[in-house]
Amino acid sequence: MTALLLLIPCALLLGFIGLAGFLWSLRSGQFEDLDGAANRILFDDPPVKEKHHV
Amino acid sequence: MDSDTSTCRHCGAPLGTGATGLFCGEGCERAFTIIDKAGLTAFYDHLARDPAVRPLRPEPHQPRDLALNVKLHDDGTASLDLMVDGLQCPACGWLIEVLLSRIPEIATARINHANRRLRLVWRGGAACAAAYVELIEGLGFRLTPFDPARLDAALGAELRDLLRCLAVAGFAMANVMLLSVSVWAGHQGGMGGATRDLMHWLSALIALPAILYAGRPFFRSAWRAVRHRRTNMDVPISIGVVATAAMSLSETLRHGPYAYFDSAVTLLFFLLIGRVLDLRARGRTREAAAHLLSLGVVGVTRLKQDGQAEMAALSAVRPGDRVLVAAGERIAADGRVVSGCSDLDTSLLTGESQPVAIEAGALVFAGQLNLSAPLTVAVTAAGEDTLLAEIARLMESAENERGRYRRLADRLIPFYTPLVHAAALATFFYWWAMAGEVWQVCLLRAVAVLIITCPCALGLAIPAVQVAASGNLFRRGILLKSPAALERLAGVDRVVFDKTGTLTLGRPELKADPDRDEMALRLAAGIARASRHPLARALAAACPDAPVVEHVTEVPGRGLEVGPVRLGSRLWVGSADDASTEPELWLSRPGFKLVRFAFEETLRPDAARTVARLQGEGCRVSLLSGDRAPAVEAMAAKCGIEDRRAAMDPTGKVRWIGQCRASGEQVLMVGDGLNDAPALAAADVSMSPSSAADIAQTAADIVFQGASLSAVSETLAVARKAHAVIWQNLAFAVLYNLAAVPLAVAGRVTPPMAAALMSSSSLIVVLNALRLAGVGLRRKPS
Repeated sequence: MTALLLLIPCALLLGFIGLAGFLWSLRSGQFEDLDGAANRILFDDPPVKEKHHV
Repeated sequence: MDSDTSTCRHCGAPLGTGATGLFCGEGCERAFTIIDKAGLTAFYDHLARDPAVRPLRPEPHQPRDLALNVKLHDDGTASLDLMVDGLQCPACGWLIEVLLSRIPEIATARINHANRRLRLVWRGGAACAAAYVELIEGLGFRLTPFDPARLDAALGAELRDLLRCLAVAGFAMANVMLLSVSVWAGHQGGMGGATRDLMHWLSALIALPAILYAGRPFFRSAWRAVRHRRTNMDVPISIGVVATAAMSLSETLRHGPYAYFDSAVTLLFFLLIGRVLDLRARGRTREAAAHLLSLGVVGVTRLKQDGQAEMAALSAVRPGDRVLVAAGERIAADGRVVSGCSDLDTSLLTGESQPVAIEAGALVFAGQLNLSAPLTVAVTAAGEDTLLAEIARLMESAENERGRYRRLADRLIPFYTPLVHAAALATFFYWWAMAGEVWQVCLLRAVAVLIITCPCALGLAIPAVQVAASGNLFRRGILLKSPAALERLAGVDRVVFDKTGTLTLGRPELKADPDRDEMALRLAAGIARASRHPLARALAAACPDAPVVEHVTEVPGRGLEVGPVRLGSRLWVGSADDASTEPELWLSRPGFKLVRFAFEETLRPDAARTVARLQGEGCRVSLLSGDRAPAVEAMAAKCGIEDRRAAMDPTGKVRWIGQCRASGEQVLMVGDGLNDAPALAAADVSMSPSSAADIAQTAADIVFQGASLSAVSETLAVARKAHAVIWQNLAFAVLYNLAAVPLAVAGRVTPPMAAALMSSSSLIVVLNALRLAGVGLRRKPS
């Protein structure tokens, strides 16, 4: 039964990491735009020429 | 790279024959230069033009005051939120982001692809904003500043709170379940009492805070209801969850063998999923109304008394002012044309695709698009008094009206709750007064009754069916936005169609005419290629290989002219024919007879069949259109619709649907135009094709893809099936309670029995709902 003393905290810790990760992503607005990231990987960053001025 | 020289390099418009070079105008050429200089011409390789979106044609820049919308922050940065109109595909977002982020002062330029908003953050003052906006508008996009705080702060906060609750409940559910499974296994495998207690204590430690946190939405709503002496679904849920948690805690304290923390958090988790989905659907409607009002133009060109033009904010325009409306500009206020003649695209307001020719004296309305020539308009109503603002208001109030619909679960609760609570109370008093037990035992038995009747099955009966049914519909290309719409759909006995874009595909096609001279058609099609008028484009499309005609001039509101040859309206070419009701173009050539080109709208391929099927299922079918009577008559006759009404404005449609509802009918509205949006919101339930205006799609409960109208009858069939399954589930839940409650009252339900009964009832309900997932899909070839 001593294994439990190790395994249960491990399980809880992993669960907490997942929960904290979700809450963080929610706070940082990653659920605001679910399409953007999928679209952005389609484009390479263009080679940066001279700074463009308006 | 786009090497097709017959279309504009930048905006993709077919090049008129007068044009030389690669571009259709100066604006496009300038836009191309900006992109080329930045080394981003790869943009054109990625660009996938979307014909439904405004083309990428830059308009003459209008300076305007953005300072009001710029927010200055303490750290020396400023930010601005803009809605972007004209995003064709992801490449456009990429182009805007890359161009802006190369400006040294700009810290963030990020487009939200989901709702087409651009957020800009830069170091510097409010004055810089104008240059950034000018750069992007120079590419052909249109930007409208907005205030994100006012738009969706309240809704966003509520949704975020629900998502946090969902996360906490999910975390607790997974961990408590892990512990519970080991305890259940331990009952068989001889787990020691101390280990079991440890598991129970751990479960309590996780579950109790989670219930307190994740249960808040339910507790709050239940408390609000109780305080107003009403009851809702949240009351038995809250009582059930709290009672389960309290009894489990007392079992844990007394070293009892059974605790039910897992069922309490699982119930919360599943119910929260339903709440989140529901809230998201409602959020879309509000977004639609906000977008609608942002269509209003930002600045207008006002004529001063001395005839000089000045830029004015839309809010500063008063009735009596004179404003200039350039070609390609949206009209900002209702008014009367003082001078100029042009064509107006009224599709935003009336849904009709055919432009209307207007001249001095005609009435114009905010939201109409001026297509061909500048107009001077004397304003009669501005801002909140315009027809456009009226439509937005109508939509909101209609939406509120429908919000009063009471869901099935809410209608059952007033019967369910008092019964359950009376049974629990009776149990307590029976054992206390009649059987003379100590009060702790009596309380335990009363709580057992509450737990048995805890609306696990009832709470799952409806959501599970809704999830299975919307999955089924999704696979057919039908998007169900609000799950409650299924319930409303099942009882529908009147289906109302809009004409243009709903029964029809929404674009004109040239009518075949055996007497027509082939040469005339080729000549006319060649001339028509110079114009963007929908009828001219339909004519050009009917004869794609027609040789291009040079030196065509467009006469606003009349037609096209090449020397003595004219292609245009009946009066202009001098036809003596009686007025006909069809959209038409006439060709006049010296020395030849006049040639008439008539156009018709094409019906969706299975419109008539769908109407017949709906009628076969006992629905009355009606056609409401803003179009003129003869066109509506003809279309209705083709589809077999007897009840039709022509020349209905948005208010008229809403009123008519209101009358139907008042006479006890349940109305399904199918429409696609902005003018249908209020009617869509006013009907019991509404559908839009995915080709519909954004506003209509957001106002509708259900959006379907493809050219086929059979989606309407299919959705109705699934909804009716779902309705049947819901009733089976409810009947089962009631039967289950009828069997289990007497046992619980009698004190005969042992804890393992209670656990088995609870989970088996939920399981049966969910399995029954899953039967819906495949209904009707096998018959349909994919």
